[in-house]
Amino acid sequence: MTGTGQIIRLILRRDRIILPLWAVLLGLVPAGYVASFESLFPTDAERIDYATVSASNAGFVTLYGPLHGSSLGELVAWRAGFLPVIAAICALLTVVRHTRADEDAGRTELIGAAAVGRYAQLAAAVITTCAGGVLLGVVQTAAMVGQGLPVEGSLAFGAEMILTVFVFAGVAAITAQLTSGARGARSIALAVLAVAFALRVGGDTSAIGDGSTSWLSWLSPIGWVQHLFPYGVNSWWPALLALAFTAALAGLAAVLLARRDFGSGLAPARLGPASAPRSLGSPFGLAWRLHRGLLLSWTAGFVLLGLIFGGVGGSVLDIAAGNQELSDIFNRLGGSDALADSYFAGIAAIVGLIAACYAVQAALRLRDEETTGHAEMILSTAASRYAWAGSHLFFALLGPAVVLAAEGLAVGVTYPQGNLGEILGGVLVQLPAVWVLAGLAVLAFGLVPKLSGLAWAAPAICLLILLVGSTLQLSQWFLDISPFTHTPKLPGGDLTALPLVTLTLVAAVLTAVGIAALRRRNIPD
Amino acid sequence: MTEAITAAGLVKRFGKVTALDGLDLHVETGEVHGFLGPNGAGKTTAIRILLGLMRSSGGDVRLLGGDPWSDATALHRRLAYVPGDVTLWPNLTGGEVIDLLGRLRGGFDARRKADLLERFQLDPRKKGRTYSKGNRQKVGLVAALSSDVELLILDEPTSGLDPLMEEVFREVIAEEKRRGDRTVLLSSHILSEVEVLCDRLTIIRDGRTIETGTLADMRHLTRTTIQAELAGPPDGLATLAGVHDFQLDHDRVRFDVDTEALEPALQSLVKVGVRSLVSQPPSLEELFLRQYQKDER
Repeated sequence: MTGTGQIIRLILRRDRIILPLWAVLLGLVPAGYVASFESLFPTDAERIDYATVSASNAGFVTLYGPLHGSSLGELVAWRAGFLPVIAAICALLTVVRHTRADEDAGRTELIGAAAVGRYAQLAAAVITTCAGGVLLGVVQTAAMVGQGLPVEGSLAFGAEMILTVFVFAGVAAITAQLTSGARGARSIALAVLAVAFALRVGGDTSAIGDGSTSWLSWLSPIGWVQHLFPYGVNSWWPALLALAFTAALAGLAAVLLARRDFGSGLAPARLGPASAPRSLGSPFGLAWRLHRGLLLSWTAGFVLLGLIFGGVGGSVLDIAAGNQELSDIFNRLGGSDALADSYFAGIAAIVGLIAACYAVQAALRLRDEETTGHAEMILSTAASRYAWAGSHLFFALLGPAVVLAAEGLAVGVTYPQGNLGEILGGVLVQLPAVWVLAGLAVLAFGLVPKLSGLAWAAPAICLLILLVGSTLQLSQWFLDISPFTHTPKLPGGDLTALPLVTLTLVAAVLTAVGIAALRRRNIPD
Repeated sequence: MTEAITAAGLVKRFGKVTALDGLDLHVETGEVHGFLGPNGAGKTTAIRILLGLMRSSGGDVRLLGGDPWSDATALHRRLAYVPGDVTLWPNLTGGEVIDLLGRLRGGFDARRKADLLERFQLDPRKKGRTYSKGNRQKVGLVAALSSDVELLILDEPTSGLDPLMEEVFREVIAEEKRRGDRTVLLSSHILSEVEVLCDRLTIIRDGRTIETGTLADMRHLTRTTIQAELAGPPDGLATLAGVHDFQLDHDRVRFDVDTEALEPALQSLVKVGVRSLVSQPPSLEELFLRQYQKDER
């Protein structure tokens, strides 16, 4: 462990902007919910009404988790139910960045040769990330107490975030040992998060129905932290579960680290073919090899999402049929058909946004290829810049179409009573908005390659608009920033061509300008 | 003789930094040309301009009769390039990369590939992430050398290779030279590496060409360092024309000598009696140091 302190200082120096940024920003988001809930539901009666409907709305429960009370604090904490997922993503990316990614880049070797202990790098990465989690929790608790909410509940609410960051820092510490590359480590850690989220959704949505599989939530760390129920029962024992689990993960990561060699994973590298298959002889053939794993895993993830969302959609109708009070409310809202429609239309926007993350990731593979020096090798052959960029963009633009279609079809499997054409249409109309975000990534890559990472700001802003837009009563021009505000709301809404054509044109212009700039600039830049 | 590469007054600026400041480079068709300079002299930047990866800020540049920026794709069918640091895709095998690059260049010789793999002792079945630096370099070299092209551009190709493999590399380049129809531009920061292989040299520093010509042309630049243990005092050696930095410690003597003055200097040593003798060829670094001092004056 010698040298851990120095490495922590190094990490803090490298992350001096990004770490406080996510910790403080995420910590402040719930404070915005307080004001909006107060203005939307000023009386107890209104809050109770809202809570009763929301607690059994499968779409809400899917996104935010279970709701067991109607106090202001409980509503805010429940509405912030997606924040632990984002905090978990920040945590695991930070840990992988300072462990496996450094090892890939050869920086670990540089540091490892100095007087630092074997575990110093891993310990420093985990400690710094956990410290970021504590900062996030403290900011959040302080902000809530500042808004006049009870102290114990605010502490439990902050603890939710801290514990999530702890657990997923531990998860990433392990995945960083398993694979022989940062990309694999990130993918596995994100997959673990996806499974944890899916288990929580499976358990929580079952709990509002017949409850037969509600135990699934207890298999998920995200389920644990949400069972603290801040401002409600303030139950603290799930925190002990999360802490013990974190300690076990960190211990296991240390054992795994000791058992593997530098630069390799636990799985031994296998030999491959000595010559290339016929298909690997063009920029497109190479792009297929580089993108197929990504496409396959995103498709699998979207099928899983579709199966869950479809199953949840089915339970919405079951509940409405079995509960007179609820079905009255649903009928007032436009009948159970309309409710199912609005549920699937709402899901489509979320699914579209996730597909946009895939599009941005696939488009930014171009930048990866450039910084690693691969682009230089390819472009010194007879492959043109257009062919090189085009072959990657093929996957960035059409890959999302594949995964969205897969999600729509999977919904059809677990929600057979729905109109498959409308559900499929609902997700596919998100494509032009997805392309706009992909186009922004291409534009950044072409014009300001060193700042390509900024392309991630677009899905982040869209997510923020999606999460807080409806509660905060923000002005329309702000909501209009997100291309997902403009896609037709299907099923249920009107299918209009104008926004689809406009978004597609915007995406085409962004992409074309980006490619034209790429043709004119230095490689590597 | 036609020129495969012509660069005249090449300038490249990155913002306020001037990487190339009027570089001249003339490579004749069929020759092996050494492109020498210390790290950071602008070799890689010059090569990237030749490859059309970067656009020059000024000056003229022609490659195989075309404009490297606007005719890039067509010209690239006729050349192969090995970067100074070959990076491979982590999940593609070395063999796959060699075939891919060969096909992208418009064809490669499978028999030549097999022969080169054998000589470089490279296992093509390993995945990119498992190769060492030297083996990654070999993948790039085999891919370039088995392609059927007129021009090879090699940027510090032997970095990371062990001495045995450096020798194999030298043999292979010597064979290319004997074929006579291939032009090779070989960048390096080690003089001894290029002097065995190259017909002519261009030496650059701070983005400017400071010397160009055959090695014989540059003899005037070179000094040999002599260290000797003598039987008696070396009278008059210190003041001999062409002898520099003379140091005497009891019976040990150390000095630098210009190539023209080598013979009289050695004769005066032999007159006194020589017990041991070490002579070192000048390193590129010394050469630059001297050039630098000349500039200062």
